[in-house]
Amino acid sequence: MSGKEYRTITDVKGPLVFLNKTEPVAFGEIVTIRLADGSIKNGQVLDTSDELVIVQVFEGTAKINRESGVTFMGDVFKLPVSTELVGRILDGAGRPRDGGPSIVAEENADIIGAAINPYSRQSPHDFIQTGISAIDCCTTLVRGQKLPIFSASGLPHNDIALQIARQAKLKDSDEEFIVVFCAMGITAEEYNFFRSDLERTGALENAVLFVNLADDPAVERIITPRLALTAAEYLAFEKDYHVLVIYTDMTNYCDALRQIGAAREEVPGRRGYPGYMYTDLAMLYERAGIVKGKKGSITQFPILTMPGDDITHPIPDLSGYITEGQIVISRELHQQGIYPPINVLPSLSRLMGSCIGEKTTREDHKSVSDQMYAAYAQGRELRGLVAIVGEDALNERDKQLLDFSGVFEDKFLRQTRDEDRSIDETLDLCWTLMASIDTKYLVRLDQKWIEKYHPENKE
Amino acid sequence: MSNEGVIYRISGPVVTATGMNAAMYDVVRVGNEGLMGEVIELHGDKAVIQVYEDTSGIRPGEPVLNTEETLSVSLGPGLLTQIYDGIQRPLATLEEVMGVFITRGVDADAFDLEKKWTFEAKVAKGDELASGQVIGHVQETETIVHKIMVPPGKSGKVKSIKSGDFNVTETVCTLDDGTELQMMQKWPVRSPRPFRQKYAPDTPLVTGMRILDFLFPLAKGGAAGIPGPFGSGKTVTQQSLAKYSDAQLVVYIGCGERGNEMTEVLDEFPHLIDPNTGKPLMNRTVMIANTSNMPVAAREASVYTGITIAEYFRDMGYDVALMADSTSRWAEAMREISSRLEEMPGEEGYPAYLSSRIAEFYERAGRVETLNGDDGSVTVIGAVSPPGGDISEPVSQGTLRIVKVFWGLDAGLARQRHFPAINWLNSYSLYPQSLDQWFRDNIAQDFPEIRTQVSGLLQIEAELQEIVQLVGSDALPVDQQLTLEVARMIREFFLQQNGFHEVDAYCDINLQYKMAKAILAFQDSAKSAMASGAQLNDVVNVQSRTDLMRGRFEKGYIDEIDEMVKKMTDEVASTVEGN
Repeated sequence: MSGKEYRTITDVKGPLVFLNKTEPVAFGEIVTIRLADGSIKNGQVLDTSDELVIVQVFEGTAKINRESGVTFMGDVFKLPVSTELVGRILDGAGRPRDGGPSIVAEENADIIGAAINPYSRQSPHDFIQTGISAIDCCTTLVRGQKLPIFSASGLPHNDIALQIARQAKLKDSDEEFIVVFCAMGITAEEYNFFRSDLERTGALENAVLFVNLADDPAVERIITPRLALTAAEYLAFEKDYHVLVIYTDMTNYCDALRQIGAAREEVPGRRGYPGYMYTDLAMLYERAGIVKGKKGSITQFPILTMPGDDITHPIPDLSGYITEGQIVISRELHQQGIYPPINVLPSLSRLMGSCIGEKTTREDHKSVSDQMYAAYAQGRELRGLVAIVGEDALNERDKQLLDFSGVFEDKFLRQTRDEDRSIDETLDLCWTLMASIDTKYLVRLDQKWIEKYHPENKE
Repeated sequence: MSNEGVIYRISGPVVTATGMNAAMYDVVRVGNEGLMGEVIELHGDKAVIQVYEDTSGIRPGEPVLNTEETLSVSLGPGLLTQIYDGIQRPLATLEEVMGVFITRGVDADAFDLEKKWTFEAKVAKGDELASGQVIGHVQETETIVHKIMVPPGKSGKVKSIKSGDFNVTETVCTLDDGTELQMMQKWPVRSPRPFRQKYAPDTPLVTGMRILDFLFPLAKGGAAGIPGPFGSGKTVTQQSLAKYSDAQLVVYIGCGERGNEMTEVLDEFPHLIDPNTGKPLMNRTVMIANTSNMPVAAREASVYTGITIAEYFRDMGYDVALMADSTSRWAEAMREISSRLEEMPGEEGYPAYLSSRIAEFYERAGRVETLNGDDGSVTVIGAVSPPGGDISEPVSQGTLRIVKVFWGLDAGLARQRHFPAINWLNSYSLYPQSLDQWFRDNIAQDFPEIRTQVSGLLQIEAELQEIVQLVGSDALPVDQQLTLEVARMIREFFLQQNGFHEVDAYCDINLQYKMAKAILAFQDSAKSAMASGAQLNDVVNVQSRTDLMRGRFEKGYIDEIDEMVKKMTDEVASTVEGN
């Protein structure tokens, strides 16, 4: 490693260290800072010129002073990767956290990650059955997709994420996923919940955990997801695994981004978040997918909590523009005691069209899912009306739709935390529930499916 | 001062070089790896450069070389069916050189420079050539003849010209003054290509989407904006337009969007058939894919690369449609670079020149008389992604000030799975007046009147719905209840269209007219039946109406619809007798 140590720190501000008069330093280069007591902090170059270098320190700048020694390591940030990662727990900067030995690198991978050539991608089309009806029927998950959970504080998003991690499988296949779990600024309690659940089900042996907790340095959160994704890419594209990446909580990540932006005195965008947050988030989310000629895949499940339940807040908003859909958790349903409280109306899976139908799920899936949506949406709208005019003012069609919306929540959405419904069970359930509506109002259903699947015609 | 300098500072995609002779918008090669960049600011001896590739690992002191050319695209046979990144590097070539991940420092020709094309001369020795004049033809794909033109700025008398097989860099024509003309020419992306004059548009761009063609038509040479929150169907709408619109050529720019979605387009297009020619859709398409995680400066350039290619085909006399998805990502790229330059921000951190850049871009649309005297057009359809779906933000507002067609996507409709989720109450098109003559001459004399009736019904429905919200629909008089039924029929039967259905995805304009007439025929027959004592319930529930509505998913609907309408009106009339 290049050895020269500089003692030219001029300013320290928030997570940033400014120094001058150095040799030419590369943009993005890794830096170590040695404090008076001999301890070491790590950082990365954010801006470099002949006169001034700005370093972002991951562990926080406490105790750094003008006497601290700064060494440039001559290289950008890399993560040692090997299949040994599987089953390990690492901290937010990639060091072992489970008391085990350090990872013996098969290779050192650049954590920024290069963009996948869109021409080299393979479009995702393998249906993943999660066993949760609301997701499988209405916002179908596809292998290689990035589908975030938009939640809010106090809602059971962690349970849903874990249930998906536990139950997710390809239809008619036992192929399992490797779970890469990335914690950013979550509480020790939440982390223990995830860990013990993974342990209980034996999934931990097939998982890699990167953990940055609420009391760990905030700036470290910038690199934690990049480490997790680098590990995921290695496992998927070098070692042929199917990887499911769960990261929580993106809101903490974005807040760390804002913190650095503020320290650099950048011109802020909406709500103080930096203007480049879209690009920055895209650099994470876009690392999902399948590429030509490789067997593995990366499917992403980012969890974010919407501040104030506001879906137009910059974090869910920018995420929604990048990810291929979203699963929205509803406080209202949660308070009615329904689990999983997924509000299917604003939820969406953009890749659904490519993975449902005769060859993958069932021929009537699209038709059924459209009709369930439409009927539920209209039923929900009628609830508002009923509150004003009373149920008696409704015509027959509206009454049926109104009743259906209740049944939809109670029978279709509601399931237990370990209930694993197959896609056939889910679709059959849809037909049973839709039978409560007169067929002539079910305009989204193709006639041929009505003839084949409607309970009236089945007998 | 020479054309070589050294790096002084690096901050993300923005690099400052010193000691170099540079002019604004010169293309430079940065660092030992020769990354491509463009000069965007000059401060005394310092040149500020936006770099089109990732700058990690680059150090101050590395060399910068000025090519002294502005950012240009290569234009010539071989453009069609290509898939480019934002700076016209073919993605297929990049894959060969770099593998599946995009690394950097690789330069790639825009198309095969060695491939021989059959050039057929259209002028002869001694002819006087003007700028932009067509000198010969190349059959580039089955459907498209690539016309070779004298590059703007050059002219003279033909000294020699020969037909035959040539590659794009071989000279095919020599002028008296010694100027040699090749099939390939270059053009700087930030300057519009010249033309003789702009005309007012008078022909619609027929898209096969009922709500667009029928209610809010766009003219060839016009500009449209599609703003909408995420999940409202911008990309699906843009893709449908790329597939089915009756433009002769399509330039599709995926600007800062999702990788998987681009791949879907790339996978799907080669297998799709152009409904207007019956030939593969790729034959008329040029694609530019600069996804959200590819370098931000190249994203900024991608819209200019796209529109320059579109203008080039326009100059051959073609009708070209350009889709940019999404212009908000382009604006954000400008914002990101502007903030790295520490420029004084305007609204929401966007640079103060945002709205003028948007206006300049859309102004490159238009129907023109080309330098060769032909009629060509570029139609621009830009998607806008307003944060939170709120169109009071600067990019939406900058766009709405300049475009004449506004297709407003609505999250509420998307949630009800009403697609295309275009809100019929707040969308508008300012073209009907100039296009009505075309519709009268080519579709039906009363086309504009039928349109007015349909949109009028939707307007009335919106007003009635407000009352229904308060008192319930049963409290309305029966004639108004019928109006609601008719409006529902317009929404569910006419406005909704399944972009993924093999039949419904594309609706012939003549069929659109027939479907609209069918709805009005139902209204008329229902009104007269009810005047003779028929019950609303019976009228609404006639089976033949359901059949008529379901029929749109079947092939050959256009031949059967008249018969079905007759059956429906007969059955509606027969409900009188039941009472």
